[in-house]
Amino acid sequence: MTIQFNKETFRDDYSFKNSDWAIQRFPFPFHEDSYMYSVNMEQHRGGPAGSVYEKRFDVDEHYISEMEDRAMVLADDPLRCQSLPHMTLAGWDLLELIMVSKSEDYPDLFELHREGDIWRWINKPMGIDDTFTFLDETTLPYGPMEYITRQTQGDFCVLDQRDDNLWMDAGMVTTQADWSLDFDIGMNFFEWHAPVPLAHEKGIFKRALKFLLNIQQGAPARRLNWTMTVNPLLDTSPENYHKWGIQKTTLTPENIGAKQHLRVELQSFFRLPRSNALVFPIRCYLIAFQDIVKSPKWGRRLHRVIRDLPEELATYKGFIDNRPMMLDFLSKYDDGLPTSPGVFPDNETEPALQK
Amino acid sequence: MSKFQFPESIKSRPVYGTLEARPGKYHLMIADAEGAEAILHLHEQDAGLMAKAHIIYIPKGSNLGERLRAIRPAQYYEGPTYEAAASRIERVLEASHMGTQIYLTGTEGLMGQAMRACMNAGIPHTAIQTEHRGSVARRMQCVHCKGITEDVETDPFECSHCGLNLFVRDHYSRRLAAFQGVCIDAEDPGNVPEKVELYK
Amino acid sequence: MSAAPQRAKAGAEKIEVIVSAVLPLNDLVTRFEFKRKDGNRFPTFSAGAHTVVHMRDGDRQRLNPYSLMSDPADTETYAISVRRDDEGRGGSLFMHNNVKVGDAMEITYPVNLFSLDLRAKKHVFLAGGIGITPFMAMIAQLERSSDPWELHYSVRTEALGTYVDQLVSKYPNKVRIYYDDQSQSINLENLLDGQPLGTNVYVCGPKGMIDWVHKTAAAAGWPDANVHSEEFTAPQPGKEFQVRLCRSEKTITVGENESLLEAMEREGVDAPFLCRGGACGQCETNVVSSDGEFIHRDHWLEPDEHGNKIMPCVSRFIGKSLEIDR
Repeated sequence: MTIQFNKETFRDDYSFKNSDWAIQRFPFPFHEDSYMYSVNMEQHRGGPAGSVYEKRFDVDEHYISEMEDRAMVLADDPLRCQSLPHMTLAGWDLLELIMVSKSEDYPDLFELHREGDIWRWINKPMGIDDTFTFLDETTLPYGPMEYITRQTQGDFCVLDQRDDNLWMDAGMVTTQADWSLDFDIGMNFFEWHAPVPLAHEKGIFKRALKFLLNIQQGAPARRLNWTMTVNPLLDTSPENYHKWGIQKTTLTPENIGAKQHLRVELQSFFRLPRSNALVFPIRCYLIAFQDIVKSPKWGRRLHRVIRDLPEELATYKGFIDNRPMMLDFLSKYDDGLPTSPGVFPDNETEPALQK
Repeated sequence: MSKFQFPESIKSRPVYGTLEARPGKYHLMIADAEGAEAILHLHEQDAGLMAKAHIIYIPKGSNLGERLRAIRPAQYYEGPTYEAAASRIERVLEASHMGTQIYLTGTEGLMGQAMRACMNAGIPHTAIQTEHRGSVARRMQCVHCKGITEDVETDPFECSHCGLNLFVRDHYSRRLAAFQGVCIDAEDPGNVPEKVELYK
Repeated sequence: MSAAPQRAKAGAEKIEVIVSAVLPLNDLVTRFEFKRKDGNRFPTFSAGAHTVVHMRDGDRQRLNPYSLMSDPADTETYAISVRRDDEGRGGSLFMHNNVKVGDAMEITYPVNLFSLDLRAKKHVFLAGGIGITPFMAMIAQLERSSDPWELHYSVRTEALGTYVDQLVSKYPNKVRIYYDDQSQSINLENLLDGQPLGTNVYVCGPKGMIDWVHKTAAAAGWPDANVHSEEFTAPQPGKEFQVRLCRSEKTITVGENESLLEAMEREGVDAPFLCRGGACGQCETNVVSSDGEFIHRDHWLEPDEHGNKIMPCVSRFIGKSLEIDR
């Protein structure tokens, strides 16, 4: 499949833009007009043709630019990618998973040739052609997890499974919504989720953990998470918060359509074979408010979700101060008409905006 | 001396217990300041423990060292700071075997750093006993410059490395043996609230 | 949410296989080897994993978990070893008496509930009888990664020492065998004493042996986190009982020699499961109402859940009535 890769930035001049193709396939996360946490897991076994759910690791027009941004983040702060010593085997499992999946799902872009343990990996968009020995780190320029995740969109948390719990013992985290791998590495499932309000009391994490502990080889799962970001800034890390935090105060009624972005994480969960670890890819998709409201259903729904969201959630997700301005903008796109259930835009069947 | 009651908090915030004698061949006890009292209490529970115990004590101005010496542990070391004692602790752990019980007591900073040393030597953190005594000051890591500021007693506070004003989070890392500090005035530079004593 | 909201099918993914070898090793134990029917490679796995073998015994379906004992790096062949149990529920007898080379069978993808702790500085394996099987795979994996291990293997007699010759000749310095009939037994206190920090112990064998290892280690001051065990709890038989399945709107009878899970399956109810041994939690079922007593035999539920949940793969009920949410 031919993808036209953008040349764009996720910082400084923020030249990031979504094409119409990217907009219509955007993973809008709300299936109804309100939002509360749930263990909203489902099987990760394909989806409608062309959707972000179809392939195991979705590649889109932002691929090259995202990898360039990642390289800049890592050059600036190598601690965004760490792997505790016992996780190298899991890193190899992940490398195999991504190379096999992408070479099968996008044969025009990626090739994998294997002769016993001698592997040759060709990444055409990034101009990479490397031959190495599987399971021998000395034949790769980086550890296996770092090597392959420098070429794959989204963050990756590699979780060791021990003592009926999951431990964040390795990760590549450069597009996170405000948490620090350097701080959280070594924590278990409940500990790294400790700062999330309300969810613990609802037993969400206990149920989610039980589900995740039982994910098996050949049966991956996925779910969506979301937050808000001003400007299409991928690196909203706590490390750099003292630099980017101020951008939240630059919204005006005139620029909010272009600057305020909905940030959705398509999270998936794969059991890794040799290490029995679980990999948790967190793929970040951004869309500007002015592009969301091009879909009448999404415009109506987003207004209602943001309007009725509990204060603790809006605070935790970092947009409580900007909420009034967001609602001023979004209310223009909510005519009170009912919306169809489900996340897809349904542009053929949903009525146009009546305002 | 009464023990401080930590308010209930998030799941990553450490919760301390009460030391009790456990079966084992060797008992390593690391304490600072008022932590000595918890060790003395342990000795009252089980007088046989001290014959197999190694006490590493950082007095920090207290005069309890004499009383610890008096209960005749198999080995006793007194040091000026944790930093000074750190290489000794590492060496002792290197020589230890399975069946070693660990008892940590005193300030959170002392317990956190000692726990980290034990974890690095291969002891699961769930097997390590802790009991808080004395100061409630915290070790804080500045998430921005990664520097550790010791003995933090107010919220907010200044990072002793980069000077940013940071607010105190309860989010805690065993690996870093520190709580997380995050810039408090990023969205409104210069607007730094009054310092409030921790737990007030 | 999105486009493929299918409910997960019960159990792990299945693979169609052909039996490629049936090798009696001694009076009690036979090894079975499998190759994929489609000629592709098997998935590799982490040592300690098991597969659930589906057996069609007339109109009765049997599903038994067996540790994968083959080298995880060998993706051409999977191997299991089955100990014949004449007093059991019949699964091992079926394997020994009915399965032949060339037979088509179904097995699941590997599932691991007994994995190595990769942070360990040293791994000590304690095997009792057929409990040797997961350690065969673990030894292969650790030899490949050059990590320290040792095996202490208790067998009844030389004649019944499954794989003893192979182990002793390949790894003379790392394997010790103890023959029951020569009154040899593992001196556990001695063995545990003086092990370096970060040693992990793994035990697989009869329940009594497993309990003994946990107790002895605890008494020696070992953290329980360093002691790992796997025991396949075969569902124990018990008095017949009736259950109303609220969602399926039927009332079924659980026979003496079948589990509640097996009874539901027999009645065509698609109930979730994974390990079928009371350990993984996947079959957890809510109790709608009950008048009687539960016989909880699982390792999953918390005590405060015993009144309103049940694990159908291993647990039973005695009383006037039981309604569950299936």
